[in-house]
Amino acid sequence: MLNISGLQEGIVLDHIEAGKSLDIYFNLGLDKLDCQVAIIKNARSNKMGKKDIIKIEGGLDHINLDILGYIDHNITVNIIRDNQIVEKKTLSLPKKITNVIQCKNPRCITSIEQELPHVFYLADEAKETYRCLYCEEKYSK
Amino acid sequence: MRHLLNPLDFTVEETAQLLDLAGDIERNPSKYAHVCDGKKLATLFYEPSTRTRLSFEAAMLNLGGSVLGFSSADSSSAAKGESVADTIRVISCYADICAMRHPKEGAPLVAATHSTIPVINAGDGGHQHPTQTLTDLLSIRSLKGRLDNLTIGLCGDLKFGRTVHSLINALVRYENIRFVLISPPELRIPEYIREDVLKAHNIDFVEIDNLDEAMPELDILYMTRVQKERFFNEEDYIRLKDCYILDKKKMKLAKKDMFILHPLPRVNEISVEVDNDPRAAYFKQAQYGVYVRMALIMTLLEVEKPC
Repeated sequence: MLNISGLQEGIVLDHIEAGKSLDIYFNLGLDKLDCQVAIIKNARSNKMGKKDIIKIEGGLDHINLDILGYIDHNITVNIIRDNQIVEKKTLSLPKKITNVIQCKNPRCITSIEQELPHVFYLADEAKETYRCLYCEEKYSK
Repeated sequence: MRHLLNPLDFTVEETAQLLDLAGDIERNPSKYAHVCDGKKLATLFYEPSTRTRLSFEAAMLNLGGSVLGFSSADSSSAAKGESVADTIRVISCYADICAMRHPKEGAPLVAATHSTIPVINAGDGGHQHPTQTLTDLLSIRSLKGRLDNLTIGLCGDLKFGRTVHSLINALVRYENIRFVLISPPELRIPEYIREDVLKAHNIDFVEIDNLDEAMPELDILYMTRVQKERFFNEEDYIRLKDCYILDKKKMKLAKKDMFILHPLPRVNEISVEVDNDPRAAYFKQAQYGVYVRMALIMTLLEVEKPC
């Protein structure tokens, strides 16, 4: 058993699909933070068999829940204060995401105007389909 | 301030008002000859499109307004690397309304985001061409007197033709529309039109590959060009191309009050011998395009309808 010390104050991202924690680490920009971040891979889980966990020291303002919701809305976000879970946040697919995914349509205006933000909107929640705001190109997760 | 970027930007009611106005313009053109005196339309055409640009220019001139603009990216500041956002900020200082055609999809949306004048999408790549759709709707309503209870045949390249996709999207909003989709199997409508538009709206439709078979039941036949380069091999093209050429013989199978539409340019998919048939409405359709653009310019500029 591997022991990681508890968090006095911070966030625990739990129930991450095993193997996805590094994607989340970079997509959330956690590599750019100065605070302590622990990545636990392949932790045992009754619900999932095995899972990844990320522990981040500090407040919720470190992470963008929309990006996290887009990557995997089944992740549980636990807010920790004084070593206790004070809040569990459930995620949903965000209605709009900006600069998380790139439009790959070579006919899209974003392909020639580099300064434009890549904006996608949720077109079909059941199918988890997003479309580019500009050219409506489909992007399935 | 409103823009027109997508054919569905206007509700069914708003579309009806626009078509009513276009109809009144057709009946009483002189009444509208000065409603846009002093107003300027900028035509920002980043790629050549003679008919659409001239249709917009004719529309503004018919309303008493004037026109400025460019007709290719080479003759605009885009050649120097200026962004769409910067161009529209500048054009907003020169004109009251603009029509933009751009090879890149979504460029008119970028323009609308930064514009202080109404932006009309005059075609963005293979994405949208809303004024063509409005032209098609006005043509159908003027010729048939209604936009509901119709059997509409769409023939030719249904896979890549954006005018066909936009027209289907617009027509499914009306009651009791039936589509007969006539194309070679390789050029059938895309899956998302079949599933997300037709089936999702419970629209009655059939997909067939024989135009002769479809002719007797159609109220409107919307022809498009079958391009040789869309076929996987020459043999298939030669086998199928004649099936989709409308000629006098095929017209004999049609109803007396059926009308033929085509977004133009026509190449060889409608034989010139059909042009004199009273049911050939594709050149009249180009005239409707001017009326609907006049109505659109007035609507977006919030010009009051003259008494």
